Amino acid sequence: MSLYLQMYKVRRFEEKCVELAQQGLMPTNPHLAIGQEASIVGVISALRKDDYVTTTHRGHGHNVARGADMGRMLAEILGRSDGYCGGRGGTMHAASFENNVMGAYPIIGDSISVGTGLGLACKLRKEGRVVATFFGDGSANIGPFHEALNMAALWKLPVVYVCENNLYAISTHITKSTSVSRIAERASAYGIPGITVDGMAVEEVYRAARDAVERARENGPTLLECMTYRFRGSSEGEPGNPWKLKYRTAIELEEWLKRDPVKNTRAKLETGPDNAELVRGEREIADMVESAARFALASPPPPRGPSLVGAVSR
Amino acid sequence: MNSMREISYLAALREGLREEFRRDPTVFMLGEDLTGGYGNGDFGVTRGMIEEFGAERIRDAPISEGMIVGAAVGAALGGTRPIAEIMYMDFMTYAVENICNVAAKIKFLHPHLNCPVVIRSAVGAGIRSGPNHSQSLHSWFAHIPGLKVIMPAEPADAKGLLKSAIRDDSPILFLEHKLLYGRKGPVPEEEFTTPIGKASVTHPGDDVTVVAASLMARRALEAAKQLEAEGVSAEVVDLRTVKPFDRDTVASSVKKTGKVLVVDEGYRTCGFAAEVIAAVVEDAFDQLDAPAVRLTNPDSSIPCAPTLEDSVIPSVSDIKLAAQRLAS
Repeated sequence: MSLYLQMYKVRRFEEKCVELAQQGLMPTNPHLAIGQEASIVGVISALRKDDYVTTTHRGHGHNVARGADMGRMLAEILGRSDGYCGGRGGTMHAASFENNVMGAYPIIGDSISVGTGLGLACKLRKEGRVVATFFGDGSANIGPFHEALNMAALWKLPVVYVCENNLYAISTHITKSTSVSRIAERASAYGIPGITVDGMAVEEVYRAARDAVERARENGPTLLECMTYRFRGSSEGEPGNPWKLKYRTAIELEEWLKRDPVKNTRAKLETGPDNAELVRGEREIADMVESAARFALASPPPPRGPSLVGAVSR
Repeated sequence: MNSMREISYLAALREGLREEFRRDPTVFMLGEDLTGGYGNGDFGVTRGMIEEFGAERIRDAPISEGMIVGAAVGAALGGTRPIAEIMYMDFMTYAVENICNVAAKIKFLHPHLNCPVVIRSAVGAGIRSGPNHSQSLHSWFAHIPGLKVIMPAEPADAKGLLKSAIRDDSPILFLEHKLLYGRKGPVPEEEFTTPIGKASVTHPGDDVTVVAASLMARRALEAAKQLEAEGVSAEVVDLRTVKPFDRDTVASSVKKTGKVLVVDEGYRTCGFAAEVIAAVVEDAFDQLDAPAVRLTNPDSSIPCAPTLEDSVIPSVSDIKLAAQRLAS
């Protein structure tokens, strides 16, 4: 139930983003994770509160699942002053540090670099903390991925490298960009465990993540690949989103929609005609998202002028 | 600062490192070839440190400049104070992503967070190693908001500024000149730090202001001493920090002398000398009695052959000549 409601929360949050983007309220198009909830929630649920997370431009869900304040998340996404970065970062940088989400890094590979360094800090400080660093299939082809796996394997860093393989790097299918059919195979080149799981099955992700997190605390890194799919475009700005995207067929999308982790997990939990508990939980979440949106929309835009707050001046 | 002794720039740096490692257990270093081989980071700054601080804190890393800095940045966010050593500044190109797009943006995006990382590297020409082991790329990083760039010339400043850099909460590039490692100078015995962003007037004068940092400040000082014998009074401003640089000290010197020569080892176009001159124009245009002059690498990659290398790096006599011309 708790895994389901977490996924439902991520879904509702991202759907609210679709709505706000379609109303033209966002300074830039967000990259949403609708469809990827099982991989997000399965991994995040296996972490302790003091463990670290790093994420990417597709990072709303990781923050929400970690317990981020959804009002401040949405305010950031809308470029408002109450956002997590005061509107300076926007959708791609929103990060809930109070929940140990140590940054959202939209340049491919950066979440991996920072996650690896956090792992080094955990090891040096002997804190018993673990890092889950999220990235997509596109990141598996950039230098830092390989340098990081080597370094983390060498130094036995407590990091779980979570590759959310949604098959497309923007519009490029994995078969056109990647030399192996399973990214987890690359782990063997660095002498660490590489595991591929069904990223649409939350319990399977959770079990694999729990094992990887345990291993990280004792023995070092794992490359965990979650096979998943985004039901929408790479960003909300893509023409034809989601049914007529130039680079994938409607049939393919239909097939993956049958595996919708939110819908399918709910179906398993439905016990009777009224499903009172389920419905109550969903309603609470829906209300939270609505009130977060009201908060964000009421938040003023940052005042004009150079946005030097917090920056080291000359 | 009573008791002084003469030690080398390299010994001063190592002393500064040792003191900060002892003072703060969260300080550690990672880099290539730090503990083994012959060089200890090629120039020997870390020699002997592993015996005192161990392999956890003096950490040999794979040849992965990008990840050395990336890991340092992540570790800084995780509550440590890492020092990343990049053997030659030329190799920092691989780490630009993590320096400019990650570290430099942390405070901007998240004002309550700190990213206290020091990136040490050997800068500059003069060791006859050709175009990939000789560059001075400080202006690249000075261009990026959120970074500090330190380039000491004197052993005492090398030590005092390194200690300040380690204690500072910003990402900092700390650039050590290869030709200065062996140079000696007075360094106080007692504990001290040197403030970041403050220039030092190493030679007072009235006729012309010479602004420089690192090896060029040392050469400017030598030139000023020689010029004195010839009746030209040059004031040398050793910037010590190039970002943020101490424009007030530069401006007040120029207001006194009316003339400015900026010497920089970097490339000319969009180089650091241009920035200093722009600041002089903004701050002291009315006091200028002659056009500002810059002496830099003439936009040439750096050759290996000594005759060729020497012809692209400003020498003491180049500085002397330029200052003489300007002063007359």
